Amino acid sequence: MIFILLTLVFVVIRVLPGDPVLLHFEKAENPAAMEEMRQRLGLDKPLWIQYFDYVAALFRGDLGKSMQDYSSVTQQIFSAFPATLELAIFSMIIAVSVGVFLGVEASKAYNKPQDHAIRIFAIVTYAIPVFFLGMILQMSLGLGLHWLPVGQRISPMTQPPLGLAVGGFHFATGLYTIDSLLEGNMYKFVEALRYLVLPSLTLGLVLCGVFIRLTRSNMFETLRLDFVTAARARGLKESKVTYSYALRNAFLPVLTMMGLQFAALLGGAILTETTFSWPGLGRYIVDRINFRDYIAIQGAVVVFGIFVSVVSLTVDLLYAYLDPRIRL
Amino acid sequence: MLSTIIPGLTSLARRGLAGWLIILGAALVTLVIVMTAISPWIAPYNPGEINVGQPLMSPNSQYLFGTNDLGQDVYSRVLSGGGIMLQVSILSVIVCLAAGVPLGLFSSYAGGIIDRVFCLVMDSIYAFPGLVLAIAIAAMIGRGVINMSLSIAVVYIPSYFRVIRSQVLSIKEMPYVEAANAVGARSRTILLRYILPNIVPSIVVIATVNFADAILTAAGLTFIGLGVPVSIPDWGYDLTNGRRLLTSGAWWVITFPGLMIIFLALGFTLMGEGLSELLNPRLEQ
Repeated sequence: MIFILLTLVFVVIRVLPGDPVLLHFEKAENPAAMEEMRQRLGLDKPLWIQYFDYVAALFRGDLGKSMQDYSSVTQQIFSAFPATLELAIFSMIIAVSVGVFLGVEASKAYNKPQDHAIRIFAIVTYAIPVFFLGMILQMSLGLGLHWLPVGQRISPMTQPPLGLAVGGFHFATGLYTIDSLLEGNMYKFVEALRYLVLPSLTLGLVLCGVFIRLTRSNMFETLRLDFVTAARARGLKESKVTYSYALRNAFLPVLTMMGLQFAALLGGAILTETTFSWPGLGRYIVDRINFRDYIAIQGAVVVFGIFVSVVSLTVDLLYAYLDPRIRL
Repeated sequence: MLSTIIPGLTSLARRGLAGWLIILGAALVTLVIVMTAISPWIAPYNPGEINVGQPLMSPNSQYLFGTNDLGQDVYSRVLSGGGIMLQVSILSVIVCLAAGVPLGLFSSYAGGIIDRVFCLVMDSIYAFPGLVLAIAIAAMIGRGVINMSLSIAVVYIPSYFRVIRSQVLSIKEMPYVEAANAVGARSRTILLRYILPNIVPSIVVIATVNFADAILTAAGLTFIGLGVPVSIPDWGYDLTNGRRLLTSGAWWVITFPGLMIIFLALGFTLMGEGLSELLNPRLEQ
């Protein structure tokens, strides 16, 4: 699967356009410079050798050299990746918690006004462009009320958190929230969280509609099963019945959906990062597009693809762990 | 024409919530299309003309939605700014239909190794973050309405393929298809005359939902600078442009075009929602 994906990216970026170098220069004004770039990037070889080089380099973790200054694309992507990961994790947390909560509420009030309101909310989240929601939040909560910062990962006045540094040993994840905790700096932790709120809220809200619908329909069925009625009959509190009895059973599909939605989340992340000047992989792609740096774009797209595959594999494994029936 | 529409509407309305969703969605979409079509006659100002008012005036009686940084009338631009988005979404849905439907039909009916290969390729595209792929393609093939539609279409063809394939696979096993086989009907006849009509409802549903996706993807591509280089007004472009003006507090520059995109996408989403409930209850799951 990953292999087909890599080939697909190769075809789109190297083969389809004919000559990425020509595209990079826009006009064939300087043949010598173009020839030099082809040689330095190995683009003068026959296509099938290029393909072989590309796959072999990928196995070594080498995503090629930037067409702008021949710097290592791998390094650039490596430094941008944690920002996207952090945004993705927090957005997913928001999407799932808002989605599941509203889904449960809707299923409890099935076909009542509350249920309809939640359904309409879910439909609207499908139709709203993520960057528009982002800008609305920036205008209202950020620039209007001055509650939250509207861009970047941390204030330019603050040093990025260092992570764990003991003696000569240094460990940092690149996730500012975790690094600041490792550093033991609460101020930076709060700061990092404050910068995270708007971007992850934007992306989380746009994605929560799917989880609302899924939870609603699943809970609707689960709440009418015998064991739930039995739990009620034993006099358990309604909140306990719904959240710790019924929801536990209705949660497995939500997990599957988390894996499926991850691809959509990364797509949305590109737009969110652009809206909030969030220095992650999405911003990197947009940036590279402006420089017509096709090798870097190819590298970033490949990383996005591998990221999604890894997440879906993890979800599958987790699923097997949580649901013993799968293992049989 | 009215005499056919009105009974149609009343029978739809009698179908309960699903019917109302379709009516509401179709009304929104029609409204936007009509508005865009007649905008040259109803727009108070020329939407492309700069300095029709002072730059960045807030909404007032003369400029209903205010003016942007170039002093263009936002109201006129909102009225006429749907053209590109409509063109791109219609074109990309047509491309998806033209490629996804025959591929799905052929692959599932042929079966065997052909089917396996098609499935693998389609699943790989499907698993990929759609917008990332659309961006990569759009960045490579360049800007323009057709290129943009193509990059969007590639991303969504697998959705058509998958739905159609799974439908054909279940219909293929039905006794009436078997009967057709037994009397010696040609594969082409079976596919096009016996199977295809049965999957039309699914195709309609997925195309409607796809319209909304295509619109949002088009807006996204425009937002990151891969849109159509515009001389004519476009909501996506105005939204992107308005982002720079946020700090100056000019909320009206982005709010109105943004709402229009939502209305259009919402219209299709509602229609898709209603249609899928009405035509194809199983798809809901």
